[in-house]
Amino acid sequence: MSITDRYYFQLYVADTGPNSAQAIKNLHALCTTHLAGRHEIEMIDVFKQPIRALTEGILMTPTLIKLAPAPICRIVGTLSQVDIVLDALGLEPTQP
Amino acid sequence: MKCAPAPRQPPSHAVAAPIDLKSKAPTGIVGFDLITRGGLPRGRTTLLQGGPGSGKTIFALQFLVHGLQNLGEPGIFVAFEETPARIMSNFQSFGWNLNELAADNLYFIDAQQSPDFIQSGAFDLGGMLASLAALTQQMGAKRIVFDALDILLELLPDYATKRRELHRLHLWLLAHGLTALITAKGATESSGSPSADSLSYMQFMVDCTVILNHRVEIGISQRNLRVQKYRGSSFIEDESPFVIGEQGFDVASPRSPDTVDAEVSNERVSSGVERLDTMLGGGYFRAASVLVTGFPGTAKTTLSGLFAEAACQRGERTMFVSFDSDGSEVTRNLTSVGIALAPHIKSGLLRMVSARTMSGSAETLLVRIKAFASAHQTRCLVIDPISMLSKAGNELTAHSVAERLIDWAKADGITLLCTSLVDEIDSHEQGTPLHISTMADTWIHLNYLVQAGERNRGMAIIKSRGTAHSNQVRELILSSSGVTLADIYTAGGEVLMGTLRWEKEEATRAENETAEVADELKRVSLDAEEAVLEVRAKSLQTELIAKQVEKKLLARTTRSREIKLVHGKTQMREMRGADVAAVDAE
Repeated sequence: MSITDRYYFQLYVADTGPNSAQAIKNLHALCTTHLAGRHEIEMIDVFKQPIRALTEGILMTPTLIKLAPAPICRIVGTLSQVDIVLDALGLEPTQP
Repeated sequence: MKCAPAPRQPPSHAVAAPIDLKSKAPTGIVGFDLITRGGLPRGRTTLLQGGPGSGKTIFALQFLVHGLQNLGEPGIFVAFEETPARIMSNFQSFGWNLNELAADNLYFIDAQQSPDFIQSGAFDLGGMLASLAALTQQMGAKRIVFDALDILLELLPDYATKRRELHRLHLWLLAHGLTALITAKGATESSGSPSADSLSYMQFMVDCTVILNHRVEIGISQRNLRVQKYRGSSFIEDESPFVIGEQGFDVASPRSPDTVDAEVSNERVSSGVERLDTMLGGGYFRAASVLVTGFPGTAKTTLSGLFAEAACQRGERTMFVSFDSDGSEVTRNLTSVGIALAPHIKSGLLRMVSARTMSGSAETLLVRIKAFASAHQTRCLVIDPISMLSKAGNELTAHSVAERLIDWAKADGITLLCTSLVDEIDSHEQGTPLHISTMADTWIHLNYLVQAGERNRGMAIIKSRGTAHSNQVRELILSSSGVTLADIYTAGGEVLMGTLRWEKEEATRAENETAEVADELKRVSLDAEEAVLEVRAKSLQTELIAKQVEKKLLARTTRSREIKLVHGKTQMREMRGADVAAVDAE
């Protein structure tokens, strides 16, 4: 996996629920640390776009979907366990 | 004998009170709606709990399908365990066209989590609920099912979270006024596991809990259902057996004081044996249940056949369920005793059902018999023998099945004749394995009497409710021309049947003749003696008169002689001139 890959994320959140707020914060922190300048985040509020969430099969919030680079992966939760998240995204935890 | 079939009464075991659609959401499962007096609590949540394969999904789907098809209530099905496509194909066989319904107003949500699901940190069900809220509003859903919610709960890290999310779900459901059904695997399946705790929280949270059980006893599947709680409504608390049949759930209609009030009829129906009708004071009562018990070969089937034939001759639709042999065999065998069922089968009045081909629990058999009977619009039903219900694996349920069979027949105005095999070994009990003898209205017992190298059939009416009936044992005689009943002889404390009875009859006849002749002789000789005596009496009478005349004559001559004597003496004295002294001295 090249270091130049761009990351496309979709983050489904439930309005301003505590878990969602936490996830937003964690994602931003992670991107700043590991993916500075090579990421895009689309924020989707399930309360505002419920049918979209339904079609996507989003049942639990927050849910992070990594659309690129392949493979697509979904991470559910506040993303507070950074090791698990980095591993799932194919990123090296030791990377500065 | 009544000829015209009485108009068929609607089944009176329908719910006594009309279903209050404001507070109850009918499931369309008849027995269940009776148990809960109308269905699930409307606008509330019900927990349906049961082990794998206990029928949770079927129940849930039936609830949705009924709501949509019969009440026009759109529904949502949230599937956590199976894909909607699989569910739809699995339930195609029930005749619910799910694909069509799905296109209409039944929405399936695939809520399965992919196996590569990654979790990091806490999450909640906000997303699902938001989506469902939008969907509910969009399609005007009234009913919602969460199938296998336990799967979702397993994903939640700890009890506190599970509880919080359940509470969130609960509040959401209440806020949207949906009638919800949550299915989850039973506590017994996962006891000790964390989900057992959340299940108990769920039980507390919901307004109604239904438990499905599925057991296998000696290879026979037995299912039952129990309502554990129902806030704000009365319900029947007992376990009710159910069957998953061709139309989905079929829950045994419960027995309760207000559901068993079948109309009582005074009409009599013929038993097919004239003499037996007389013994019963006119026949069986319409809608009565008749039990015929007896050892193998005591003509139980023959009595059943006679009853069926008589019913067909009255033009009543009849069904003959045989567990022993095929319908055609029964027909052929009965022809040998002059019972002709074949024409009635041909005309469609009589339906022969060979239950030997049916397998499964007693419950299943009952459901199928009921289905056949109502399809045939049966007025008279024969089950030969009912004791087959209690074959291996069904001992526990057979009694209640037999009970419900009788109740159902009564409620539907069906005259039921059941035969029951009695084993010779336990014959001394004189009962039936199913103990239905107490429930039957009329109980006829057939017996063998072995005497002088013969086995003869005896018939006795052990009981017949509401009917004066003979308490005498009769001999049942089968011949190619038909079935008759004969009086039996009791001589010197012994019951005589068969040839012995015939011999006794002959002997008695001969004895009578001899006695009659002897009497005649005696009478004639007495007449003769009488005549002689009469003659003698007459001659004596004449003699008496002669004597009397003679006596009178004698008296008269005596007097005249005395007078003459006195007169002569006076004359003589006068002539002699005797004095007074001389007279005195004389």
